[in-house]
Amino acid sequence: MSRVRLLVGTKKGAFILESDGKREKWDVSGPHFAGWEIYHMKGSPADPNRIYCSQTSGWFGQVIQRSSDGGKTWEAPGGGVTKDAQGFPHGESNKFVYDTSPETGKPLTTHQHYDGTPRPWEFKRVWHLEPSPKDPDTVYAGVEDAALFRSTDGGTTWQELAGLRGHGTGPQWQPGAGGMCLHTILLDPSNDKRMYIAISAAGAFRTDDGGKNWKPINRGLKSQYIPDPNAEVGHCVHHIAMHPTRPGVLFMQKHWDVMRTDNAGDSWQEVSGNLPTDFGFVIDVHAHDPETIYVVPIKSDSEHYPMDGKLRVYRSRKGGNDWEALTNGLPQANCYVNVLRDAMSVDSLDKCGVYFGTTGGQVYGTADAGDHWAPIVRDLPAVLSVEAQTLS
Amino acid sequence: MIRVTLPQHLRTLAHVGDEVQLEVAGVVSQRSVLDALEARYPVLRGTIRDHVTLKRRPFIRFFACEEDLSHESPDAPLPEAVATGREPFMIVGAIAGG
Repeated sequence: MSRVRLLVGTKKGAFILESDGKREKWDVSGPHFAGWEIYHMKGSPADPNRIYCSQTSGWFGQVIQRSSDGGKTWEAPGGGVTKDAQGFPHGESNKFVYDTSPETGKPLTTHQHYDGTPRPWEFKRVWHLEPSPKDPDTVYAGVEDAALFRSTDGGTTWQELAGLRGHGTGPQWQPGAGGMCLHTILLDPSNDKRMYIAISAAGAFRTDDGGKNWKPINRGLKSQYIPDPNAEVGHCVHHIAMHPTRPGVLFMQKHWDVMRTDNAGDSWQEVSGNLPTDFGFVIDVHAHDPETIYVVPIKSDSEHYPMDGKLRVYRSRKGGNDWEALTNGLPQANCYVNVLRDAMSVDSLDKCGVYFGTTGGQVYGTADAGDHWAPIVRDLPAVLSVEAQTLS
Repeated sequence: MIRVTLPQHLRTLAHVGDEVQLEVAGVVSQRSVLDALEARYPVLRGTIRDHVTLKRRPFIRFFACEEDLSHESPDAPLPEAVATGREPFMIVGAIAGG
């Protein structure tokens, strides 16, 4: 029988929740890496027991952890397994060094700070880990300050795909309120050479040659705080979702506005429709119906909680514009949590499961595509990320 | 033998107890002690000082013999009591909320 495993990153550690296919009773393990911020965990589609984890701290920096047994045990890759010529073990799993070599990218030394002054690129943390769909040892990392790294040795060493920062607009990029983070990585399952990324607050970008060259894909995005209505970059994209069978169709939750593109980002149209507010962070797509999408509207950019104290997921079965509130089992009074950008995920069982975590420490789930919800856990630390794995 | 104490999160990360003991060749300085520490426990690389610049991370402090040595030169000799192992070299996470 199929099982579901949820990888939950929180402000104070990692938790793993597992259930059988009924998704009624859940086993909870954790906290793993207690006391550390776990920005993101994600399993390899090619080997679901291979899980990568971003463990980070304002004091101690970044650590990449890896599990090869579904999260039961962990290791920092390179933290003592392999050795260099002098016989010392390597410890490079957390070594993210921006590429400034003229051979592989155009060296960049600054981006813009909040006040518009130039700032040197400075690595802070890994926001998102995206394992390859085909190779368990290949994984991409989206980092702050915004850049894209890749490891092909299971997270032991990392190399920047410098063409992204070097494509031309990099010096104009500015941080969003949460930092200048590369938070979304989408790999086109039908085309090894194509991937999408998104940066707050630079926008969305696409490569069609495996990461050498990139272009902004922000045409159609409107942002009130940008005077130029045709600005190529500067848009605060919060998250992008894609259905694997339609990799040219993307759905975006922007700072304000829910958007969609049907041409791989060449142009975007707003599909906020009848949403009560189109500010938010998460967006995801039903596992079996690529026109069914989910968002969690948040009141505003200055009030990061649901409207009227009612936690409501909104579902569109038409790819946007026409939305319905999903409330059954969710708190409909006095609820003032947020749902952060990487904190929603879906499983691929016959009746699609949808899961999301809140800054109040709850993880909610539905086993019927959103008609009925229930809390899986209620009292975790603030949830930063949720990823679902469907296991056979 | 040089004695080094680590903050709790780094002890957990390196799978060590309250104090580790290290052989340090030559001048006993912040740099030589940290070099020896990271060689022995490579998972600590990048957690105390930056990978590339080798500068102390902002919220890490170094203490020994009741003195804050955080702003001393990395190559300055540490107090004799540290070099002889009578006192530990203390790596401390700065106090901050969260």
